[in-house]
Amino acid sequence: MTTSTDRVGPGSTTLPSTLALGLARVGLEMRQFFRERDAVVFIFAYPVIMLGIFATVFGQDGGTVGPPPGIPFAQYFLPGMIATGVMLSSFQNLATSIAVERDDGALKRLRGTPMPATSYFLGKIGQVLVTSLVQTALLLVVAATLFDVPMPTTASAWATFAWVFLLGTATGCVCGIGFSSVPRSGKSASAVVVPVVLILQFISGVFFQYDSLPTWMQNLAAVFPLKWIAQGMRSAFFPASAEAGEVGGSWQHPATAAVLIVWLVVGLVVGVRKFRWQRRDDS
Amino acid sequence: MTDPDFAVEVHDLRKRYGDKQAVDGLDLSVHRGEIFAVLGPNGAGKTTTVEILEGFRNRDGGSVSVLGADPATADRAWRSRIGIVLQTANDQAELTVHELVHHFARYYPHPRDPDEVIESVGLSEKAGTRTRQLSGGQRRRLDVALGIVGNPELLFLDEPTTGFDPEARHSFWDLLDGLRDTGTTVLLTTHYLDEAEHLADRVAVVRDGQVIALDTPANLGGRNARRAIVRWTEQSAGGGPVHHREQRTDTPTAFVRDLATRAAVDGEVPGLQVVRPSLEDVYLGMIGEVPAVEPPPDGRPRTADKDDQMEDVR
Repeated sequence: MTTSTDRVGPGSTTLPSTLALGLARVGLEMRQFFRERDAVVFIFAYPVIMLGIFATVFGQDGGTVGPPPGIPFAQYFLPGMIATGVMLSSFQNLATSIAVERDDGALKRLRGTPMPATSYFLGKIGQVLVTSLVQTALLLVVAATLFDVPMPTTASAWATFAWVFLLGTATGCVCGIGFSSVPRSGKSASAVVVPVVLILQFISGVFFQYDSLPTWMQNLAAVFPLKWIAQGMRSAFFPASAEAGEVGGSWQHPATAAVLIVWLVVGLVVGVRKFRWQRRDDS
Repeated sequence: MTDPDFAVEVHDLRKRYGDKQAVDGLDLSVHRGEIFAVLGPNGAGKTTTVEILEGFRNRDGGSVSVLGADPATADRAWRSRIGIVLQTANDQAELTVHELVHHFARYYPHPRDPDEVIESVGLSEKAGTRTRQLSGGQRRRLDVALGIVGNPELLFLDEPTTGFDPEARHSFWDLLDGLRDTGTTVLLTTHYLDEAEHLADRVAVVRDGQVIALDTPANLGGRNARRAIVRWTEQSAGGGPVHHREQRTDTPTAFVRDLATRAAVDGEVPGLQVVRPSLEDVYLGMIGEVPAVEPPPDGRPRTADKDDQMEDVR
């Protein structure tokens, strides 16, 4: 056959590296994300918008939260919005986008190419990391410049922020990948994912003070990651004196790490077992 | 079982969904460098078969070799040697033609030049356009561009022109004729007879999960199926009812000469026609001649339909 003579046999074929393709996927995923107006508004901008509205309304005339002297409202609200941003950019973003890609055939198309699955997930996780970092940076800049929220001054506070951010993002990513198998179609993806995220926001002390919620609601929220991410962020952005005001009387860093790691492992196991490149009705 | 002259070899392939035997002992061999069409009505098992060959579905039985490997266990290196154009998709809406073709080229060890590929599918002027803004025909051309950018030895095309207007279909055929010249092996499913006739070196007709005919488009159905048909009308002397007559013959000229001497009225045979069955006649005869498991209750013949979705609904 004339055409096969100049082709390289399967043994001597050098395939592009998984990492290089993963990085290429990050670029492509970033473009897709920021061209999707819904995603930009409801995942990327949402926490910034909420911070602006809540801090403006409840922070008027020096409004504070907690026992006197209290914490200025914007400072009180910031950690919850950072936690929300982490959850939206990782969990909600991946759970909906992968469900849509599975439904519209994008995953099946990719499965038909020599791109390794690992590169696909590297692309997704890289996009989440970049988006989430930019989003959090934006939140901090808005909080610091428009609402005079003091930034942490100690290295240990920034270190706390960093590990809660990274562990929270990692957990949100694997749980989002796992949860993407739940919506039955691309159209229903948002309708299935958003209420989960919204309910968690309400019971996890993001909008309401956690200690003012009924005990059963606190206990329920304590099962899920968002409560712990928010608490971890409070520990980084609140003064040390606020620690006594927590429900547990402490920042509970070991418990925070433990809950997030359990979800990380559960999400990973479920994600690996349940992940499908094709729709349920197509196998 | 892996003969290097064959791009695809399938023996006794079987696949069942629930109580439907979608593929029922199918045999198929595709030579390297040929354009091979799989033709068949709705639910005949075309898409199921092709998706098994592409590695998307698992088979229940039989042996399959695609480029010398079993698709069920094939690796990245194997994937880099095939190209796949699935049935209509609407994914990747926010990316441009240029971005997608250049990005997909990176997946392969020896890709074609992405800009040349975009040119070859006639999308150069749309290179900066996002996928969601392409027409159906342009969208399909993009699918083909993504299927061939890796420089595949074997290209799968699943109903590439369903829903096209005739002009778009013809320009799509020109595109595939160009591919033929590069030596790419193409396995194509279609339910358009003219498409198979125009493009394919060989055609397999599939019905009820089996190949019921396999030949070049010109010879499909055998010589007997292509015998000339002579049609004419006869009226009994004295003005009775008009009878339509039809005769299949290998020697239409002799037959008509004879007919002229016995049935002509004032030197002319009334309603005389000499026709050769088209591929479509042969095909319809083929898929209708033996009833499926049992004939449909309303007794209507099975026909090739516009849409092949049945294969995906279960």
